[in-house]
Amino acid sequence: MESSTTTLRKTPLHAVHREMGAKMVPFGGWEMPVEYAGLINEHMAVRRAAGLFDVSHMGELEVRGPGAVAFLQRVTCNDVAKLKDGQAQYSALPNDSGAPLDDVIVYRRGPERYMLVVNAGNIEKDFQWLRSQGPEGCEVTDQSDAFALLALQGPLAQEILQPLTAIDLSSIAYYHFAEGEVDGHPATVSRTGYTGEDGFEIFVAPDHAEPLWRRLIEAGREKGVQPAGLGARDTLRLEARMCLYGNDMDETTSLVEAGLGWIVSLDEAKGDFPGRALLQAQKKGGPPRKLVGFEVTGRGIARHGYTVFLDGEAAGPVTSGSYAPYLQKNIGLCYLPAARAAAGTAVEIDVRGRSVAARVVPTPFYKRSKQ
Amino acid sequence: MYPADRRYTKEHEWVRVEGDRGTIGITDYAQKQLGDVVYLELPEVGRKLEAHGSFGTVESVKAVSELFSPVAGEVLEVNAALVAKPETINTDPHGQGWMIAVRIGDPKAVAELMDAAAYQAYVGSEAK
Repeated sequence: MESSTTTLRKTPLHAVHREMGAKMVPFGGWEMPVEYAGLINEHMAVRRAAGLFDVSHMGELEVRGPGAVAFLQRVTCNDVAKLKDGQAQYSALPNDSGAPLDDVIVYRRGPERYMLVVNAGNIEKDFQWLRSQGPEGCEVTDQSDAFALLALQGPLAQEILQPLTAIDLSSIAYYHFAEGEVDGHPATVSRTGYTGEDGFEIFVAPDHAEPLWRRLIEAGREKGVQPAGLGARDTLRLEARMCLYGNDMDETTSLVEAGLGWIVSLDEAKGDFPGRALLQAQKKGGPPRKLVGFEVTGRGIARHGYTVFLDGEAAGPVTSGSYAPYLQKNIGLCYLPAARAAAGTAVEIDVRGRSVAARVVPTPFYKRSKQ
Repeated sequence: MYPADRRYTKEHEWVRVEGDRGTIGITDYAQKQLGDVVYLELPEVGRKLEAHGSFGTVESVKAVSELFSPVAGEVLEVNAALVAKPETINTDPHGQGWMIAVRIGDPKAVAELMDAAAYQAYVGSEAK
């Protein structure tokens, strides 16, 4: 009951969200905007033009020192040695079962200077875990309070952002970043996101967040930019089949089961890390179960936690489920035995006591067209 | 903004009475709280409803909300057009967004529901 009395943290943009009419909700210990003018509008703005998200609740942990690479090779599952300065990498902190303590993005700012962007609800857990793993020749510090994070996402993101910065955005490839200024604010601009669209995540000091937010909204107004909340962020990432930590994966789901085998590096030079042997076996022989996407074919919305039935037997919960605004379908994710995970497999979902038909479909549900 | 020709409940439904026929929907306040409505489930014609008993569910992208009948009665008509296009609940909750019509079983109970002014005051206080 401690959590109910704990004060929710506020991002530097809290007052702006209120001013823009956002509905605020608790998320990962923070009070965050879930929607402004309407979730579907915001979702469609990101697919067709651009949306601006406040994701300042995300954490930033710095790993710095001559031993940084060796340490990160030991605690993350992807191959850190592949990163060049200005490059980022999707990765995770695995436990001994090959399941993620968190999924993270590793940024290489310099040969001895790395930043991990981690989920808001896991900042303290990740930080303590990293320290407990005995960093040698490097120091792990929690820099989360030093950063606000704005995500400008959508096909027009570059067009909107470019006039505000001297950084040549077209030279920043996917999962790369550059340091410079945006509208005079010192910033790190990264071509990353959680929506399935092109876009940028912009790290700035907290004091710079509000003027930058206002400037981006103003600069994008004619192009259709909209402030977008966590509600749209969730439906956008689900259409793109991006996993949400705590829902689609956690400390009990192996990375291979979750479909994240591609971020597990078994390269000899990388060496050992928690869960490596198990992940290697699952990559080779296949995992016992798989996270699959489904589409509801009956009437009803399958939501997080509803039970999925396979051949009349409970197979597990819906890990994420929602109406998908762009696809105009009801979709979701769940774990199924690997032998029954093929597209076309029929399942039923218990929607508040009613059995609703669904079938496994290929994912991602939505993939943006190449430009 | 809340029409004076009907009565309101604390669960944010409205009922407009014409003779023994009551037309039922949810209020503008309720649709705003829900957000974008994407799914609606209504009862069959002929079903008997209890006062404040559930008669269906309305779902937005983010939330599931049960619908409660302001009055006891039998379902006479269901707004099938609304089931096909539930987003109308967001755009016209007090008009085209009507959900069902019932034959009211307890006409006297209607008088106990809030009138528009009382409901306005009620949502004013809840909003704080």
